[in-house]
Amino acid sequence: MHELHERLKAIFPLGELTVQRPDLAFITLGREHLRPLLLELRHRHGFTHLVLLTAVDWIEEGCFQLTYLLNDRAGARDLGLRVMLPREGASMESIHDLWPTAATYQRELREMFGIDFPASPGVDEPFILEGWRDIPPYRRDFDTLKFAEENFNQRPGRATLDPARHMRDRLHPEGE
Amino acid sequence: MKEELEKRVVKGPDGVEFEVDPLRDYYCQSAPTVMPPAYIKIVEELFNWARAESIWILGFGTGCGAIEMRPLMTPRFDAYRYGIQWRPTPRQANLFVISGYLSVKTLKRAIRSYEQMQNPKYVVGLGSCTINGGMYWDSYNTIKRLDDYLPVDLYITGCMPRPEALLAGFQELKRLIRAGQAEGANRYAEQFEWYKANQKRVIHDWDMPDYNW
Amino acid sequence: MDFDWIRIPYALLTLFIVFNYGLLLNALIAKIAARVGRRHGIPIWQNYIDLIKNYGLRSSITHGAMYYLGPVFRLSGGVGLLLFVPTIHGSLMFANLSFAGDLILALYFVFFGTLGMALGAGESGHPHAAIGISRGLSQVTAAELPFALAVFSVALQYQTLSVSEIVAAQQGGMLNWTLFTNPFAVAAAMLSFLGSMMRPPFDVVIAPQEIPIGPPTEYHSSYLALMQTNRAIFPIAKVVVYMNLFFGGATSWPLFCVKVFLIYMVSVLVGVVFPRFRVEQSVRWFLVWALPLGVVAILLV
Repeated sequence: MHELHERLKAIFPLGELTVQRPDLAFITLGREHLRPLLLELRHRHGFTHLVLLTAVDWIEEGCFQLTYLLNDRAGARDLGLRVMLPREGASMESIHDLWPTAATYQRELREMFGIDFPASPGVDEPFILEGWRDIPPYRRDFDTLKFAEENFNQRPGRATLDPARHMRDRLHPEGE
Repeated sequence: MKEELEKRVVKGPDGVEFEVDPLRDYYCQSAPTVMPPAYIKIVEELFNWARAESIWILGFGTGCGAIEMRPLMTPRFDAYRYGIQWRPTPRQANLFVISGYLSVKTLKRAIRSYEQMQNPKYVVGLGSCTINGGMYWDSYNTIKRLDDYLPVDLYITGCMPRPEALLAGFQELKRLIRAGQAEGANRYAEQFEWYKANQKRVIHDWDMPDYNW
Repeated sequence: MDFDWIRIPYALLTLFIVFNYGLLLNALIAKIAARVGRRHGIPIWQNYIDLIKNYGLRSSITHGAMYYLGPVFRLSGGVGLLLFVPTIHGSLMFANLSFAGDLILALYFVFFGTLGMALGAGESGHPHAAIGISRGLSQVTAAELPFALAVFSVALQYQTLSVSEIVAAQQGGMLNWTLFTNPFAVAAAMLSFLGSMMRPPFDVVIAPQEIPIGPPTEYHSSYLALMQTNRAIFPIAKVVVYMNLFFGGATSWPLFCVKVFLIYMVSVLVGVVFPRFRVEQSVRWFLVWALPLGVVAILLV
């Protein structure tokens, strides 16, 4: 992994390498280098499979992190590429022409995080939510409990028990 | 609103142009009516007995609870010996098992399927998600009380209920049917406005007709 | 020509017996299939309960006149087939309404129900029904070809078109059966029989796992109950035709029950062993394996 990182660093301005496991590492890079790096990895280094494309909402820093996880089947290793986007008006270049499956991920991200991928097929169509009118639900400023209480009728009488304490009281009522 | 549901002008094969409003033209426009047990008592009792002994379940798993229905067909539990069978089409089914959590998107399909079933029809809510939301009590996308949207005859508690609990629930449902108390379809027809208002309150893009049969 | 009016109630009695026998036999076979899978299976009287329940449903909707007529046609196909073929040989009571040319009529009735179903299910407007019908018609047509050849072969062999006379010619020991006197015709007909019984491997038309249930998708309550009634009668009626043509007919009800059960079991046994064919596969199968046998049968006679 370190060797791969060194070789790539010679071509692209890359961030630090985070090695999670011997066969899994993450690299942070700028958004303009993503496409050339994906092509380089796919054609030169055997990362032919897009495992997933997902996002993290770093609301404190005001940005979204996109993670493109690639897999090298022959080398049995995974490499994640992290791209940071500004949270306001988040938009990213689509990669559906590299991996057609990316279109589905991008459609989901558009719906759940509100990250736009212009020119991605069907990106504006509803994916899981139908008729959603609030802010995208996976954003961290979306209050899911408040939304549920306002929109759905709750049945009264619901109680929540802490499982650990409840079982201790039930099984050992005399105490520790 | 989907494109194919919008009003449009169609040119027929004979060259005549005419307007089509799919929601009005392709669906029945009459609300469901209460269908009383109009037969003499003993006939109705015979029918109730037959209904109880021949329960056809709509094969539509709405949530994770559907996985608990599969073992019922296997040699270990074998629900067929109780007269329970699965039908692939709502037209022929009598029992709709809402198996687990019901997201708003699935609720829409569940309503359509339920309304296509024939009277008398029964709804069983399976698992705590259908009762009060269960572990999805604060979820933005699942309904919390099934009986606001469909007339539920019976709840089976648990997360998940085991197949044995399902079998016990079906026996209880049989008792209700035999006693003539499982009149969910008529309750639905009586309080149709109330059910529709509840349904429309959570389904924001209502792009189907109010009556789906 | 004087018509013996007593034959009508007798024929209805036959119908009644066959109807009950069919319901029980269907349940028995479902039970056998369940036991193969080590299940208990449905109770033996389950079909009666299903029937009562479906007749007892309170609401039903219609899609038009042909939609009504579909199950009616289907039922009349089954009933007609049964009524015009002698059930018990040598018994005036259960000879039904058979007459000199009933073989041709029987051939027609075998196909009649499917055609009626096509009209009715077509009007229901459900896409699955349309797909199921097109599959069903092509498969039944392909299965019908070898059967028709076999029937012609038998008719040539005995020089008659009357089922009664064919049965009469086969009496007097097993070796007189068509099974032994014209084995190729029987082989072709039995292969065709597999195809028309709507059991695996040729049940793609109505299989619930494929296009959900095919032609009867939209049928419910009383319509479905009519079709269930037919499902009890039609296979038995069909087996009766086979029994009469190829297996020496039956001279009494117990013999009838045993023979029908055994012939039916042929398709069941094949069904539990072999996986399902797609339509084009089954059509090819009929044309490659069954049709030449039928041609050979004709040529040999």
